[in-house]
Amino acid sequence: MQSAYIPVLIYAALVMAFPAVTLVLAKFIRPASTSFGAKLKPYECGIPPESDARGRYSVRFFIVAMLFVIFDVETMFLIPWAILYKGWVAAHQGLFALVSMVLFLGILLVGYLWLYKKGALEWA
Amino acid sequence: MMNALQATNEFLRLYWAPLLCGVAVVAILPLIAGYIVLVERKIMADMQARLGPMRVGPHGLLQPIADAVKLLIKEDIIPDNADKLVFWLAPVLSVGAALLSLAGLAIGPAFQIAQDINIGILFVVGISAMGIFGIVLGGWASNSHYSLMGALRSSAQLVSYETAAGMALVSALLLTGTLNIKSIVEAQSKEGIWFVLLAPVAFFTYLVASIAETNRAPFDLPEAESELVAGYMTEFSGFRWSLYFLAEYTNMIVVASVATTLFLGGWLRPFASVPWLNFLDFAPPVLIMAIAAYCMLRVPKQPTRVQQLFMLAVAGLCFVTALVLAVPVVLPIIKPSVREAVAPFYAGIHGGFWFIFKVSVYIYLFMWLRFTLPRYRFDQLMRLGWHFLIPLSIINVLLVGVALIVGAYFHLQGWGLLLVTTPAAILALLAAFFILAIEKGHDARQDQTATSDFYVG
Repeated sequence: MQSAYIPVLIYAALVMAFPAVTLVLAKFIRPASTSFGAKLKPYECGIPPESDARGRYSVRFFIVAMLFVIFDVETMFLIPWAILYKGWVAAHQGLFALVSMVLFLGILLVGYLWLYKKGALEWA
Repeated sequence: MMNALQATNEFLRLYWAPLLCGVAVVAILPLIAGYIVLVERKIMADMQARLGPMRVGPHGLLQPIADAVKLLIKEDIIPDNADKLVFWLAPVLSVGAALLSLAGLAIGPAFQIAQDINIGILFVVGISAMGIFGIVLGGWASNSHYSLMGALRSSAQLVSYETAAGMALVSALLLTGTLNIKSIVEAQSKEGIWFVLLAPVAFFTYLVASIAETNRAPFDLPEAESELVAGYMTEFSGFRWSLYFLAEYTNMIVVASVATTLFLGGWLRPFASVPWLNFLDFAPPVLIMAIAAYCMLRVPKQPTRVQQLFMLAVAGLCFVTALVLAVPVVLPIIKPSVREAVAPFYAGIHGGFWFIFKVSVYIYLFMWLRFTLPRYRFDQLMRLGWHFLIPLSIINVLLVGVALIVGAYFHLQGWGLLLVTTPAAILALLAAFFILAIEKGHDARQDQTATSDFYVG
């Protein structure tokens, strides 16, 4: 089964090399850069940049990232369940599979409602 | 020396297919992306009652090539206090991830690079999600406020909608019972019905989430030109910028292909299991032949000799394509004994046509939405994701599960499953309206105590 991934590896090497190699090769085609001074400053609507951009930013981005981890792991748990579900239904164990997943999602739903009440899902 | 030669030969004998596919994708995909841009500009022009690009080649058909040459010979600018290495690496990562995710997809039963991968759809989704690294690193490396804000927005938007898209995929996977791309399409062929009909709410969720994931209007907040200049691409120009562009359009193809495979029956012809509709096999060659005839009619109308010749070449290309599509359907009629021999060619060629056709329709839907809807505000975007799409998709997963149990109880199959999945979809819609009603009440309360601080996003 692992040998199925060898074509992917070969293909991966090719497509990863493509942008890198063209970026290097394009150096020989395009004119040498003669820019200096203000042209090489980051764009800030024409005025000289005020400060380094890598400063502080809104904490909400962190909250979203953390919530994403929770809900994406949930999706990851759902995928194997979804794959096997048809087999369980065929073996008349569908109700058991469904109820166990409802319980799992129910626990997450309580967390979701708590987040909702707390306003963690609010942006403005 | 001899051994090395033998080893190389053995390697080539075993893996000539992925090598060839890799070279073909690398050679053709930039061209395809360029022509998608041209088609998009033409559609935009059509919807706004303009002509669009008309100068370079007949009807602007050479515009993508002129653009590519222009981008290739542009001056390369790296801002002074940018992180040079990361600035170089970011677009490469972005484009690499986008191109690599194509490996798992099957364009027709014959064309697939990663043949036996049993996690197919997971591979595609996982690798294409890696493209976000290119965007975040690019925004961070440029050291510009606009870039960083665009990158942050983009990552927040992607992770928010990734969950909704994943849940929508789970709803469809409940029906397939496998992750393998070929088996998913075969499951739809066995049921005789596309999963878009069995899980319409999941398809809708995936449609919205996939637009948001490819950063396209109305969710193009990361590069909202009216507020963020160009978002994470602000400092990128010339060839580096074109790499980001290629990644964006490749991602569009990828999400469209995933939706086609899971919901729209992959490479299956519409009503593939209905024998009396077999005359639909003649639709592809007739369609392409009509395009060829139209191009022939346009030839005398071209202003210069070169443009006339080019138009003739386009007509010829369409004609050859139509012939290739026609041969596997016409041959068995003339000579019934070759039916068996022609079958794999028929499956490969016509499968490829239908797959590309469905992907084009899906991408057309993207463009249509882009030119119709105004852009969302960032807090509205996040609310749509977290307050509406995620609960709706979770509810939908459970409803599809219940529908499958009820369907199995009554021994329903194929189109009969609609009897249980349609009520499930209606229930999901009711849930959606319920959520919207709650949201409205929530909005009214918020507006009373509103602090207008959405600029932080």
